[in-house]
Amino acid sequence: MTAFAPQRLSRTIAEGAFLAFCWVAAAVALLALTAIMWSLVSQGIGGFFKPDGSGLDLNIFTMSTPAPGSEGGLLNAIMGSLMMCAAAMLGAVFVGVLAGTWLSEFARDSRYGKIVRFLNDVLLSAPSILVGLFVYEILVAPLKGFSGFAGAVALGLIAAPVITRTTEDVLRLQPTALREASVALGAPVWRTILAVIWKSAQGGMLTGALLAFARISGETAPLLFTALNNQFLSLDMTKPTANLPVVIFNFALSAYDDWRRLAWAGALLIAATVLTVTIIARLLAQEPRRS
Amino acid sequence: MTADASVLIAADAPRSARGTGLDRAFEILCFTAATFLLAALGGLIVSLMIGGWPAFAHFGIGFFFSAEWDPVKEIYGAAGAVTGTLVTATLALIFALPLALGVAIFLVELCPSRLRRPIGTAVELLAGIPSIVYGMWGLFVFAPWFSKHVQMPIMMSAEPGTLWETLTTGVPNGSGILSASLILAVMILPFMAATLRELFLTIPPQVRESAYGLGSTTFEVIDKVSLPYIRTGAIGAVMLGLGRALGETMAVTFIIGNSHGFPTSMFASGSTIASTIANEFAEATGVLHTSSLIALGLVLFVITFIVLALARVLIGKQANL
Repeated sequence: MTAFAPQRLSRTIAEGAFLAFCWVAAAVALLALTAIMWSLVSQGIGGFFKPDGSGLDLNIFTMSTPAPGSEGGLLNAIMGSLMMCAAAMLGAVFVGVLAGTWLSEFARDSRYGKIVRFLNDVLLSAPSILVGLFVYEILVAPLKGFSGFAGAVALGLIAAPVITRTTEDVLRLQPTALREASVALGAPVWRTILAVIWKSAQGGMLTGALLAFARISGETAPLLFTALNNQFLSLDMTKPTANLPVVIFNFALSAYDDWRRLAWAGALLIAATVLTVTIIARLLAQEPRRS
Repeated sequence: MTADASVLIAADAPRSARGTGLDRAFEILCFTAATFLLAALGGLIVSLMIGGWPAFAHFGIGFFFSAEWDPVKEIYGAAGAVTGTLVTATLALIFALPLALGVAIFLVELCPSRLRRPIGTAVELLAGIPSIVYGMWGLFVFAPWFSKHVQMPIMMSAEPGTLWETLTTGVPNGSGILSASLILAVMILPFMAATLRELFLTIPPQVRESAYGLGSTTFEVIDKVSLPYIRTGAIGAVMLGLGRALGETMAVTFIIGNSHGFPTSMFASGSTIASTIANEFAEATGVLHTSSLIALGLVLFVITFIVLALARVLIGKQANL
């Protein structure tokens, strides 16, 4: 028995050190992430109250970005972001759902299907700034002008692969019997897909779209040289369009305290939106399991 | 996947039913959408090549080996930004990987079961926070703290003339290569931890339980059973994290200091490919300047493409994540 004693001791020590490391790692990581969330909330919340602390201040939603030192809000940036994200999502859902359907219902394991699937995954995680460069090359440079439209195209190109991926995944989860039943009843394939498969997978597809929206609503890099920025409230997407991420970027790097205050408020607004949308998406994804 | 992937209704359905005439049209529509995505990626590569061509043609192979970046003299070289990109991403991975593993193991094996779901969900949610938030935190909260409590003491105590002194020279304002790497590490940490946790959860309970049943300690189960089981997938997850760090723009641009040239010390300011493009592209005037920035983009694309392709191949072998 004594021969085993040293080894047992070394095992105990290794185990103790390992467990301690895991606890410390988890503590450090969670601490760092909590610190970030804390600064975000504590610095950002100020933008929603009057500077002297006397009640709510809704300027952020009612006024456009100010000159340094004067009163203002983020209305133009919020509107611009909403318009671009909406336009991007329209295009991305159209392309993504159809492409995902093709991968799941028509291509499966064909060679071309595999290539599309692989390159879609590459596009999914390609650096977003390169998408911005691409859109600059094909839309901004030839048309000689930054525009909200170009920004929407860049965002759409980032959202589409996400939607393609999730659509394919949820469609593949639908039972084959469902398709067979529909075809046996005499429905053509396109009706089977539209009225049966999409219908049965709609929760998962909606989750995918929401996750894609969450992803693009905070994207900054591709907008820097497509949508650029605009000091004023403008609903014309053929002109440079203000948007939250770029305004946050410019204001955060400025030397003015009130601009920085708006930048923090904007960052909190984006983070809160992203978190809310993600949580809704996750709740939706759990739904089918319950019923 | 779970449904029998071999059965394709579209291929076997009878062609006699009413309305099947539209089947072909619908298939073509779907096919076009899929091809559109392919064309988008192809177009991205081609447009970067065309846009970057003047720079490649003008500087030749020297573009990759020169670290000089001078818009006034119109001399551009990629070496500084490429080095900055590789160094920050690698350092970020070195910092983040042990922590991410620790968090994942903590969540799967150690965490009290009541906290397991809330903490696991929180980590997943944090993976979705836009990177500009991490960048702002880095600039306004982390940099001042880092300057005061880490950079100053280290630079004061570094002995003159040693290698350590060379590695720690710089302006102690909190920004620089090391700070950027740390912020990147914090940014990819939730993503990697969430992916690793998911991989750990794919291990069948019987496998782990039999190892415990043989008298293994937690460390031995993780080291000899769990990690080998998920190895390929875990490497893929790490590569995905690396891919993110390589292409990340906003988290880095805020804090790397944005100076061109070859980074020589941990505290010196530098630049990455993405931060250079973000800072200069909208203001670039000369053809050569714009073209050099696009050429940098192409270099970044090639680097990330290799990393991501490897990651996808490895993850695909393991499980469908």
